[in-house]
Amino acid sequence: MARLSTRLNEIGDDGGKALVAYIVAGDPQPQTTVPLMHELVAAGVDVIELGIPFSDPEAEGPVIQLAHERALRHKVSLSQCLDMVSAFREQNERTPVVLMGYLNPIESMGYENFAKRAAEAGVNGTIIVNLPPEEAGGLSVQLKSNGVESVYLLAPTTTDQRAAMICEASSGFVYYVSLKGTTGASSLDASDVREKVGQFRKFCKLPILVGFGVKDAETASAVAEVADGAVVGSAIVKIMAECESDDAELFARVGSFVRELRAAL
Amino acid sequence: MSDHEGQNTNLFAYPDEKGHFGVFGGKFVSETLMAALQELEAEYLRLRRDDTFQEELRRDLSEYVGRSSPLYFAERLTDEAGGARIYLKREDLNHTGAHKINNCIGQALLAKYMGKPRIIAETGAGQHGVASATVAARFGLECQVYMGSEDIKRQSLNVYRMKLLGAEVVPVSSGSKTLKDAMNEAMRDWVTNVDNTHYIIGTVAGPHPYPMLVRDFQSVIGEETKRQFAEQQGGLPDAIVACVGGGSNAMGIFYPFLEDRSVRLIGVEAAGYGLATGRHAAPLNEGTIGVLHGNRTYLMDDEDGQIIETHSISAGLDYPGVGPEHAFLKDVDRAEYVAIDDDEALEAFRALNLLEGILPALESSHAVAYGMKLASGMGQDESIVINLSGRGDKDIPTVARIDGISIE
Repeated sequence: MARLSTRLNEIGDDGGKALVAYIVAGDPQPQTTVPLMHELVAAGVDVIELGIPFSDPEAEGPVIQLAHERALRHKVSLSQCLDMVSAFREQNERTPVVLMGYLNPIESMGYENFAKRAAEAGVNGTIIVNLPPEEAGGLSVQLKSNGVESVYLLAPTTTDQRAAMICEASSGFVYYVSLKGTTGASSLDASDVREKVGQFRKFCKLPILVGFGVKDAETASAVAEVADGAVVGSAIVKIMAECESDDAELFARVGSFVRELRAAL
Repeated sequence: MSDHEGQNTNLFAYPDEKGHFGVFGGKFVSETLMAALQELEAEYLRLRRDDTFQEELRRDLSEYVGRSSPLYFAERLTDEAGGARIYLKREDLNHTGAHKINNCIGQALLAKYMGKPRIIAETGAGQHGVASATVAARFGLECQVYMGSEDIKRQSLNVYRMKLLGAEVVPVSSGSKTLKDAMNEAMRDWVTNVDNTHYIIGTVAGPHPYPMLVRDFQSVIGEETKRQFAEQQGGLPDAIVACVGGGSNAMGIFYPFLEDRSVRLIGVEAAGYGLATGRHAAPLNEGTIGVLHGNRTYLMDDEDGQIIETHSISAGLDYPGVGPEHAFLKDVDRAEYVAIDDDEALEAFRALNLLEGILPALESSHAVAYGMKLASGMGQDESIVINLSGRGDKDIPTVARIDGISIE
């Protein structure tokens, strides 16, 4: 069961571009997350990236940091994130779910235990922000033997030599962090992205998805011209923060924003 | 510990080429920083053997920092403890009043050689921030210091001092608003400005090569101690005692003695309100193995792997992690790690004032407190060295407040 690879290849074969949406599990309320995941799919999202709340999210800009803090006010744990994926799977077997987070909660659960439980819950991949392939040996073996794919990051500072190694280690897709900075820092520069993605293609057989500066339909469309898909995080999380206390408004606004993105791809 | 079996038994062989101390250390950072860490490592390994760099470093340590710092036989403290002879390594007499400057001079020189015009630093109590701002002024570098907004309130003197030195102090109001959050924010800055910026990490933590290079720059403490002790007393001391937050002063004084196995190396963590209360900063005593701030080490987290807030009367020890080499030395049984609570540290703070006319930092007071306990159980023909890592001027408001005295 490699649902992530399969799904992304289907999209690519049809000449389409993948739309990936990031939300933090438990933000703003634990009970919001599963219905919101369904809403995202209904609005046109192909892959859901579910953030695991962490006390020290060092790669995140202010918008996503606050989402982690909101989720942690409800003490949302990795274990609960997995339960949310299980609950989502009761009604959706098709949409890949990728967990994105930091290593310590996974270390705390134990690699083997995490990999087994993630697979059982219906998680298809992981992106561990502070785990480069060099340090990932123990976890990647466990994930692979449980059929969960490991996605690694490429950055503007990544050398050709590292890019080749990272693409070799990745499965499902590789995630190009389009700017030097934290999530949501600023808008990406389309010509920079074009150049770097073009360069990485030489090493990379996998789909390359671009994130960290995709803010709106315009940037999503610019990304789609050069890459296989776009990841949108801070822009969605920002809307969620604005209607924290009103789920109906939150669903409506996130849904309509995602539809705009979908139309642009 | 079985995890380390079959590894190199020479303790000077660490870290390995990937930055690991046994299972600890490593490079757990986002991809954007990997190139910067590789550049820093390559540049450092080159400059470590570069005569011009080493000469410039030596000259600044001597003429700017004021090294060597004295090794002082504390006669009245020895009498009070009633056992082993107690020596104090006087890092409090360095320029800016603590050992932090040793590392900052080294890293500012690195920044200069790497052509980076801007430095950033994180700070808790403000000592590392002051040392960073100082070397920035000394080398003409732009400097921003990240500091938790809670710490800014508690350490207004150092905040102003950094401003006088021309640095910008950036308040961090995320998370617990303390040192660990300042470190997160400094990492975020570095990710964004990696082209023109060097990040001066203040302790032997962070991703490789930081634990190695900070240790190397601080090892001057242990090298001097070894030479001075041989001259003054002869031979080697029986034990060395140093406080451990992130652990840079301890690593600096321990390192040259690692293969002198007769010398006990004892790190003193902050027991805060007491280990039993859970409100402390003693990951080597009570923590679990995990990953934070770029390295695998012992840290204080909850059952979900979230980092928990720590407590110590001393802001410099109030950190949930610890340098990976300390984690390694603990697991291979080369160093011992004990803990001293707030009250014991305060008592030692007062004792050193009264008995020796020396005002120690509250951090260093933890080492003094354990050193006195240790000495009292040893023979008069034995000797210990306590690393007096910093002076306590910055702590006077804290202690005055405890005494109910207003000094505004």
